[in-house]
Amino acid sequence: MKKWLEPFTNAWVGVATHKLRSFLTILGIVIGVAAVIALMSIGKGATADILSRIEGMGSDLISIGPGARSFGGVKGALGSVQTLTQEDAIAIQEQVNYINVVSPTYSTSLQVVAGAENMNSQVTGVPPEYQDIQNLEIAYGSFFSAYDYQRGAKVVVLGSEVKETLFGDTDPIGKQIRMGKNIVRVIGVLESKEAMWGSPDNAILVPLTAMQQMVAQPRTSQGERIVSSVVLTVSDEEQTDYVVEEITSLLRDRHRLGLGVDDDFSIISIQEIAENVSEATGTLTLLLGAIAAISLLVGGIGVMNIMLVSVLERTREIGILKALGAKERDIWLQFLLEAAFLTFAGGIIGIIVGWLVSYIVSSTGQMTTIVTADIVILAVSVSIGIGLFFGFYPAWNASRLNPIDALRAE
Amino acid sequence: MIQLHDIVKIYPMGKRELTVLRGITLNIERGELVAIMGPSGSGKSTMLNLLGCLDTPTSGNYFLEGKEVSRLGSGELSQIRAKKIGFVFQTFNLLPRLTALANVELGMRYANGSDRKLAIEALERVGLTGRASHRPTELSGGEMQRVAIARALVKNPPLILADEPTGNLDSQSGAEIISILTSLHAEQKITLVMITHDADVAHQCQRIILLKDGQIVGEEKS
Repeated sequence: MKKWLEPFTNAWVGVATHKLRSFLTILGIVIGVAAVIALMSIGKGATADILSRIEGMGSDLISIGPGARSFGGVKGALGSVQTLTQEDAIAIQEQVNYINVVSPTYSTSLQVVAGAENMNSQVTGVPPEYQDIQNLEIAYGSFFSAYDYQRGAKVVVLGSEVKETLFGDTDPIGKQIRMGKNIVRVIGVLESKEAMWGSPDNAILVPLTAMQQMVAQPRTSQGERIVSSVVLTVSDEEQTDYVVEEITSLLRDRHRLGLGVDDDFSIISIQEIAENVSEATGTLTLLLGAIAAISLLVGGIGVMNIMLVSVLERTREIGILKALGAKERDIWLQFLLEAAFLTFAGGIIGIIVGWLVSYIVSSTGQMTTIVTADIVILAVSVSIGIGLFFGFYPAWNASRLNPIDALRAE
Repeated sequence: MIQLHDIVKIYPMGKRELTVLRGITLNIERGELVAIMGPSGSGKSTMLNLLGCLDTPTSGNYFLEGKEVSRLGSGELSQIRAKKIGFVFQTFNLLPRLTALANVELGMRYANGSDRKLAIEALERVGLTGRASHRPTELSGGEMQRVAIARALVKNPPLILADEPTGNLDSQSGAEIISILTSLHAEQKITLVMITHDADVAHQCQRIILLKDGQIVGEEKS
């Protein structure tokens, strides 16, 4: 046998001799590692899930809404002032780089009646580019065209839930609905889509030009037309931060906000939201992992306990080995390797169990789970590290035994 | 081979001290077969532990093959035990979970590394060829002691120390063990020091040293 191999085979013999005990010892490690892997994979899966939903809304999307204005240190609620205007949107389109299309929207609450169905809901006037900006898919019919927009056609595109409420299962295309005092014609229904907020399922979209005919759009003191929001997409996602900065300074300029005055608008970029969310869920994932790591620690203490008992029980064996010429190093190396062997085996079994658990969780379809290589490597190295750490004291104890006393032990 | 000069061993016993060896001076030549006799508590085992480098004297000098070993650290003592000394114990001290062959191989682990062929040869020399794969629990006392002898001699040490090797055996097995030890001594010129209570066993040795109260009180040569 190769000489360097001997400590390993000796350690293996030591572990294999007490199969049941070895198994029970590593159970703590198995559960700890499995818990770390399963929980981390669930955490990572949830993060990826949320991020993909956000990305589904368009990761290049920037949304500008009206903000609050401070009156002598008292800050009003968001949207308490109406300063965002259609002219702002035009200025942004003309003056800021890395922008595709800018779309102002104006929403107001209107009574919507279709046959016997009657609901009060938010109606939004948008330009035709809005469809692309928000990644909206048409289930049937069509979205309104640039021509419809130019002539202010009284047409409407419904969200899937609105269509369900107003028309049930019947085909709404070409039907007329009453919206406030106006009659509009349904030309399309949107594909249902999950979103973090402002789900298009509840949307009622009309051309902004038509909206301006149906209701009186308020104006600012400078005579600019007030809008509810401005949405736009960037042409280069790398430049999102730059675009946000540019828009901020442009709008501050246009709204004549002096130094030290808060913005009277708020800019949200999907990219920023995604970053914030992934940071938050990352923290949550770490927390889950930390809780699971506690059970790993408890498992490590179990290993230490068993190794101490094992040293006590094998005192005589240690004495014999010392009489045969074993150095202190030989003794502690053997016990340390046994402990590392146990926890390494526990780590491997734990990975398999953890992987199975996360596979079962994801196969129920309730949650996405992702097992990444870094979790696995972390779990195994931590489990070996625990073996070495908690095995050190018992092993050192063993190596310090006096051979004469050890030989006399029963 | 062995030179002891004024060896004193004192054990601390709480606040008092227990003097076990009171100035032992002794020479053992290479290839000698020596018996140590004496009543219980006379210091025989302590002396054998010192000879076997399991312990160091409180004062005095011990030269093993001309080398002073009484002041060495535990690592160097381990090295000497591994290479130069084979032990045979009264209670055999085999590892119960290992086969006879593996127990013999254990004798080489810290010397030159295990060598299965040498281990099988050693078992042949003590007449246990057919028992190589048995575990100690499946062996008789005499057989276990023969495995222990094989373990001691497998690394071919210049010195074998035996602490009452027949003490736990019936007289027939005991006689067999003694004849194995004496014939090994005769064939291989190994220096062999054994503690015994049995005068018949002692008289098969070339030299008998009588110990009492930690001192050598007499010597016989046969």
